[in-house]
Amino acid sequence: MTISIKNNQTIPIQSIPVLKYEDFLSVNLSLLQDASSHCVNYYGLFEAGIIKLICCIANDSDHTVLISSSEIIGGENIYPSFTAQHFSFHIFERELHENFGIRYNDHPWLKPVRYPYDHANQESLISNYPFYQIHSEELHEVGVGPIHAGIIEPGHFRFICSGEQIIHLEIQLGYQHRGIEQLFIHKKKLLQRISLAESIAGDSVAGHTTAFINLWESLCNYHPSEELQFSRTLAMELERIAIHTGDLSGICTDIAYQLGSAVFGRLRTPIINFFQSWCGNRLAKGLLRVVKNNYYFNEKLGLELENILDSFESDYIEMWNKFHELPSILARLEKTGVLTTEAAASIGVVGMIAKASGIKRDIRNSHPHDYYTQLKHEPVIKHHGDVYSRTQIRNEEIRQSISYIRNMIQTIPIRNNAEESIGPLQKNSFTLSLAEGWRGEICHCAVTDDNGELIHYKIKDPSMHNWLGLALAVRNNEISDFPICNKSFNLSYCGHDL
Amino acid sequence: MNLLSLIFIVSASLIFTGIVIRTKSIFSGRKGPGIFQPLKDIFRLLKKGSVYSKTSSYIFQIAPTIYFVSILIGIFFIPFGNQQGIISFKGDFVFFAYVLALGKFFMIISALDTGSSFSGMGASREALFSLLVEPAFFMLMASFALLTGHTSFHEIFSSLHFGSYISYAVGILAAIVLVIIALIENSRMPVDDPKTHLELTMVHEVMVLDNSGFDLGIIQYASSLKFAMYGAIIANFFLTPGYEWYFSCAIFAGSQVIFAIIVGIVESFMARFRMNHNPQYIFTLTSVTLLIFLGVLLILGKIG
Repeated sequence: MTISIKNNQTIPIQSIPVLKYEDFLSVNLSLLQDASSHCVNYYGLFEAGIIKLICCIANDSDHTVLISSSEIIGGENIYPSFTAQHFSFHIFERELHENFGIRYNDHPWLKPVRYPYDHANQESLISNYPFYQIHSEELHEVGVGPIHAGIIEPGHFRFICSGEQIIHLEIQLGYQHRGIEQLFIHKKKLLQRISLAESIAGDSVAGHTTAFINLWESLCNYHPSEELQFSRTLAMELERIAIHTGDLSGICTDIAYQLGSAVFGRLRTPIINFFQSWCGNRLAKGLLRVVKNNYYFNEKLGLELENILDSFESDYIEMWNKFHELPSILARLEKTGVLTTEAAASIGVVGMIAKASGIKRDIRNSHPHDYYTQLKHEPVIKHHGDVYSRTQIRNEEIRQSISYIRNMIQTIPIRNNAEESIGPLQKNSFTLSLAEGWRGEICHCAVTDDNGELIHYKIKDPSMHNWLGLALAVRNNEISDFPICNKSFNLSYCGHDL
Repeated sequence: MNLLSLIFIVSASLIFTGIVIRTKSIFSGRKGPGIFQPLKDIFRLLKKGSVYSKTSSYIFQIAPTIYFVSILIGIFFIPFGNQQGIISFKGDFVFFAYVLALGKFFMIISALDTGSSFSGMGASREALFSLLVEPAFFMLMASFALLTGHTSFHEIFSSLHFGSYISYAVGILAAIVLVIIALIENSRMPVDDPKTHLELTMVHEVMVLDNSGFDLGIIQYASSLKFAMYGAIIANFFLTPGYEWYFSCAIFAGSQVIFAIIVGIVESFMARFRMNHNPQYIFTLTSVTLLIFLGVLLILGKIG
């Protein structure tokens, strides 16, 4: 009923079983009965009046992804929803409803996702969106955004509060929709496409680019050399250290702990500056390329990185020891913004947020790619799901990444000087690529036509699922604790809006 | 000579915020701005015009001035050692407390006047915290009134002298309580964070979010004045009559600087409280003042 593939495996599109919608629904939902399975992507392709739905369920224990599909005609037909039975599908079905006008009879809330220019119901606009309301004398509404007071991106947060307590939070995104998935089709040059992948989310350059490169190389039936795999994995781990350290600084700023904010902020700099000396860009843009490696990681860079990590680690550990012993900090972080394991599992959160709520979900472990196959990664798991758990995850992942990098740079792969070329894309194929960015699971899917041209590209950023996690975590918390909860999730607006 | 305390407080206010910011900068490993930078910012603001929203009424326009004047009047009551302040009468500390409260009341209704949901939340928090601080301040002053048998700032401070061990303990406790009251009243850490950019967590800052130009300038200067005013009250504990005037000046300047540095250190090395822990914290202050009251009773031999 489904076809089982590995991460980064290309299969002919015809080999994906096409099921009747009812079977499609029951097969996929039954797969999710297994707790180690979750949906990594579910989306639709519109072709000649038919909507082809593709559902990808990853099984973490046997390292496979199970793909199935169904063809439906939208229009006036009404379908039963996946969401009614498994809540993690809510965002996918909202997107399907928005893009193709598919009607569901039992979806709880078909809230618009990102208002693309060609969405089915042109009357629904971001400017006239009816926010969820509760009518009561005791409650009041607080609206934040869509222009954020800080430096981050646009999103509207509508709180319904009883005094200081948050009863409900609605998060409205889509202000930053750029049509990235369409641009992947329209831009024909590989360099243009890879630049697009680098701009999906500015803080996950290495993560998204690695996912794109792996997907592309798989579509071209090319197996990267050890050197290429090495630099990709190294970039992803460095990015993780840099962003996690920056997040710790942000968390300190939000609770007005000045020392931590200053020290963690300073510690992030040498890491991103290392990217600068490696590839000339502090955000690692331009570093990773398909087939080739413009910036070979040589012994000299290895030595430089080792020195940076030595001085980073001693300062970092000293600061962390101060940080986690200070009662005023623990009082702010513990039991704040709790996302319970049950809630986290039901909405299908991924990455750091899932790990902080006791769910073992890490692509580096379950669907390893590149160098991760050698690293034998064991994810850090915390069980309380509060802000402090998410802070601890960051701390332990930073240390884990440092030790991985130290191991990796002991044996730097030899430069491959042979000029390699890449063949054309395989025709009529489907590929799925998973990568664990610092924020969590990144999923890219592509489909080619019978000329070997890309006809569909689908991106799923970890933020897609996790935004709802934030909305649930802040319930019954004080509204003044919202910023610290938000920081501890640190989700991407542009990654969601695409 | 009655102008002496006003002159000293105003001059202390010019550098107070600068010292706090400089202390914080040094402790976070930065050089930090000059001591007079906050003052320069205030001058820059005072030269600008104010912008008023169409939805706000005249309350919003007059509130900053009333707030500023209320603090100025408060300063008139502060003595300098045994030099009395510009105004002094029996029971003036009650008047002092409520003049400040009046200024604060206008700031609160002006925040409500803007119609912003943030300002409303800030106003409600500020009102709650001020309400909870009030018993601590009155317990403190009443204890000293009982101890000295006088009821005005000037008389209390000029007849206050420490003799026994208990009185030292009382003096130290009182200084601590006043420092904390000053931190709360000035919306500083750990109750409020003046540096935050997050409206949802602000207390005082969010109330003045809509103020601009001249209005904002005088609000900010009023905060500096208020700090220096509390610094002066604390200094008065140590200004024992009989010293030479230059000695008193040195004590005054010293206690202001130490006070500012303490504020800077507190803000550097601890995290802010969770909003719902603040009332507990402020209540604790009231219980400390009860200790002071007990100490006074012991000194007077009314108990024990």
